[in-house]
Amino acid sequence: MTAVMEKADASTRTGDVPSFDVTIRVRRFNPESAGESGVESRWDEFHITAYGTDRVLDALHKIKWEHDGSLTFRRSCAHGVCGSDAMRINGRNRLACKTLLKDVNPDKPITVEPIKGLPVVKDLVVDMEPFFASYREIMPFLITNGNEPTKERIQSAEQRERFDDTTKCILCAACTSSCPVFWTDGQYFGPAAIVNAHRFIFDSRDDGAQQRLEVLNDKEGVWRCRTTFNCTEACPRGIEVTKAIQEVKRAMITRAF
Amino acid sequence: MPTAQGGTLYRGREGMWSWVAHRVTGFAIFFFLLVHVTDTALVRVSPEAYNAVIGTYQTPLMGLGEAGLVAAIVFHAFNGIRIILVDFLAKGPRYQRVMLWIVLGLFVVTMAGFLPRHLMNVFGGQ
Repeated sequence: MTAVMEKADASTRTGDVPSFDVTIRVRRFNPESAGESGVESRWDEFHITAYGTDRVLDALHKIKWEHDGSLTFRRSCAHGVCGSDAMRINGRNRLACKTLLKDVNPDKPITVEPIKGLPVVKDLVVDMEPFFASYREIMPFLITNGNEPTKERIQSAEQRERFDDTTKCILCAACTSSCPVFWTDGQYFGPAAIVNAHRFIFDSRDDGAQQRLEVLNDKEGVWRCRTTFNCTEACPRGIEVTKAIQEVKRAMITRAF
Repeated sequence: MPTAQGGTLYRGREGMWSWVAHRVTGFAIFFFLLVHVTDTALVRVSPEAYNAVIGTYQTPLMGLGEAGLVAAIVFHAFNGIRIILVDFLAKGPRYQRVMLWIVLGLFVVTMAGFLPRHLMNVFGGQ
């Protein structure tokens, strides 16, 4: 009877969402067959149909659920918070769950590889233990002296602002595994550990700055940073990683005198 | 644990490639200095030997090499100042890309002044 119903019938039917075809090239590695075949890792191509709202993670899901169930990758929240699905998409570290397919040129095959510098366990899954070992070494917890206050530890908005940028880290390892120094020297603490040290060093409530600076004032500490800015470009949370590292370097110099 | 390396080259941006260029020019300059200290030290051995060695440098090929050497030093010098500013200025990291374009601009200006004069000397254009 009404014009609204006729109109809905004519044009806006569900299922009319425009789709496009895309090729995904995934770097595969199977630890069980690696020894026998002599081939360490290989590229696999998958052709799938995707929508404008699909992310690389949706494409990987589609491959795993509809094409090849053996494809292995990590993901938990799938919404850019847990930091599980950092991978190298078209040559750059990104979170698969925050990268839309239409933003990485779906006209060409999209390459998906595990992040560099960490041992690959299977397909896109890497062993994160060296990464977390560095994180633990900078003591990522509150260190205080003296008596505990009876109420909360008060901090002004300006004091909180000082380290606000580095509180955003989700430990996805996109920065550390984008660092050319980390690729060749696995002993280097890496950007993520320094970012998390920065978060406590510049926290007015924390008294452990001296200890953390001593840990990082090492041959493999902050001085290994060559300011290539790959970490800043790679961070999915937009943390100015190199800036944080430079601030830790400068704190080391200024607090020593 | 098994590793599967290889794959594509990491697509770093200006920061990474300026670092690569800085490292490459640094190595080139180091090896030049190695040779340069050696040939200059020859003057202590005998002036004739020194002249003979320096004489072999007066070829067009070496002239092009000198142009490359100056290019490497000019880039390394200007980019070195950029790295110092990134290290010591609070706003350095934020403006690193702008500073790289300034470095490349200065590089082009310096080489535009040097190359014509140098190549005229090398190839005898007068």
